[in-house]
Amino acid sequence: MGKTFAEKVLGKAAGESVSAGQVVIVEPHFCMSHDNAAPIWKTFKKIGVSKVWKPDHLVFILDHAIPAPTDKHAENHMQIRQVVKEQGLKHFYDVTSKGGVCHQIMCEEGFALPGLIMVGSDSHTCTYGAFGAFSTGIGRSEMAGAWATGQIWFRVPESMKITVTGKFSKGVSAKDLILKVIGDIKADGADYMSVEFHGPAIEAMSLAERMTLCNMGIEMGAKNAVCPPDKKVLDFIKPIAKTNAWEAIWADDDAVYAQELNYDLGKLEPCVAKPHTVDNYAPIGEVKGTPIHQAFLGSCTNARIEDLREAAAILKGKEIAVRTIVIPASWTVYRQAMKEGLFDVFLDAGCIINNPGCGPCMGNHEGILAPGETCISTANRNFQGRMGNKDSNIYLASPMTVAASALKGEISDPREVL
Amino acid sequence: MKITGKVWKYGNDVNTDVIFPGKYTYTVSDPAEMGQYALEDLDQDFTKNAKPGDIIVGGKNWGCGSSREQAVTCIKMRGIGAIIAKGFARIYYRNALNEGLPIVVCPEAVEALEKGQEVTIDFDKSQVVTSKGTFSFTPYPDFVKGLIEDGGLIPHVKKSLGL
Repeated sequence: MGKTFAEKVLGKAAGESVSAGQVVIVEPHFCMSHDNAAPIWKTFKKIGVSKVWKPDHLVFILDHAIPAPTDKHAENHMQIRQVVKEQGLKHFYDVTSKGGVCHQIMCEEGFALPGLIMVGSDSHTCTYGAFGAFSTGIGRSEMAGAWATGQIWFRVPESMKITVTGKFSKGVSAKDLILKVIGDIKADGADYMSVEFHGPAIEAMSLAERMTLCNMGIEMGAKNAVCPPDKKVLDFIKPIAKTNAWEAIWADDDAVYAQELNYDLGKLEPCVAKPHTVDNYAPIGEVKGTPIHQAFLGSCTNARIEDLREAAAILKGKEIAVRTIVIPASWTVYRQAMKEGLFDVFLDAGCIINNPGCGPCMGNHEGILAPGETCISTANRNFQGRMGNKDSNIYLASPMTVAASALKGEISDPREVL
Repeated sequence: MKITGKVWKYGNDVNTDVIFPGKYTYTVSDPAEMGQYALEDLDQDFTKNAKPGDIIVGGKNWGCGSSREQAVTCIKMRGIGAIIAKGFARIYYRNALNEGLPIVVCPEAVEALEKGQEVTIDFDKSQVVTSKGTFSFTPYPDFVKGLIEDGGLIPHVKKSLGL
């Protein structure tokens, strides 16, 4: 009987053959923290260890509120810089043009690698599965414990196999697929599970599209989400890998799954997640015409160059009807967008472009909503109050749908403007 | 261990943003202060009136969303005795154990309980006692019991390192 990705990767890390349900203690390879590295440090100090277990395995990336919007945020950043200095951490991405959204940096900079066990003190750490890593989000205490001991326990998860075939129709993208999956199985549909994406359509997808899929694994409760470490992944990571410890690991053909789902991309249409849950799926036709006050093109889900290109193709030569905030996922993406002339398209249309970071996604700054306002967003969460005000509404959608909606000032079908 | 308290009842998929809003994650750092904001975007009645010893009862997937541990800390610092739910999102489940906040998965008890009623959780017998009956729940796995007995992950790690 074959093994799933999770059984193989956790078994390798634990040094024994394991099956779903077993508990293993493993050493995480990279431990990512963002602005919460400072409170984790405070917890770490309570343990009474003076040095982290392996300084080169810690990665700090400032992104949640950068540059600091308040003195409290500034003090938090300052404490992180002190920890970096004191512990001699070499993987630190400060508020400079080398940084960006933490998950984007982890992937762009060669930390996200096939077969590695990776943890992050952020729920969207599952993004690195796009590169074949076993990656998952953990809390602050758990991260402090990992820094001290270099160990973490996992229950080997059951796995869900999602096989994807077919081709996207015009105006439909990876975001529409993942919103449809979450709408079908609901916010707890993959609770505790490892979600594997299989099939020819996944192999045909860009790494950016795979990142969008894996990023939202947590929104269906998954422990991790993963795509095959195929040639596309290996060609990308080989020149930039931060360690040689990676290994391309994939599920056996005869692995046993708790659940199997099949999707044909050709049957999908543009869609949204309505307020206030990510599983509140609606095809575009159902919500078309809903007035909006803000559009947000950003976040770890959909702010890569491919996403900006898709939005720009719709905005080119036109003017937006509502305020539109564009935040590229990293400065590498920012520079590329500038080179390709996408910034001219956004600026001519009336959009504003902010520095790479999380922006308004979690209600810290750069686009908080007023009571009664509605935002259409490319991010991953539309929970009540998420963008800073509990009496506002958030619709989640693809970059194409967000761009089309920005043009009309109401939720719009991108197929009508492409 | 046995705890008794008054019920605050909620539905399915209560996420960490409504338990502890993201806008406070870097402006409120004192754990005691976090307690003042517990459930602010879910139920302001709770935020204003919850008393130490009260018990939260939730539906499936309690604590979905962000990994923010403050969503556990704020409830613990508010003095809430335990959370009984039909199920917990996995990061929240781990965070609660790591913070030493008792959590119980017992769908039958959730169905039986209403807001304002009294409920008793008997951890030694793994039972929830309500006015409509007594319901059993699966005790924590052995490796988790050690965590709970030590008072959470940090004391547990200290102990394991001999500190």
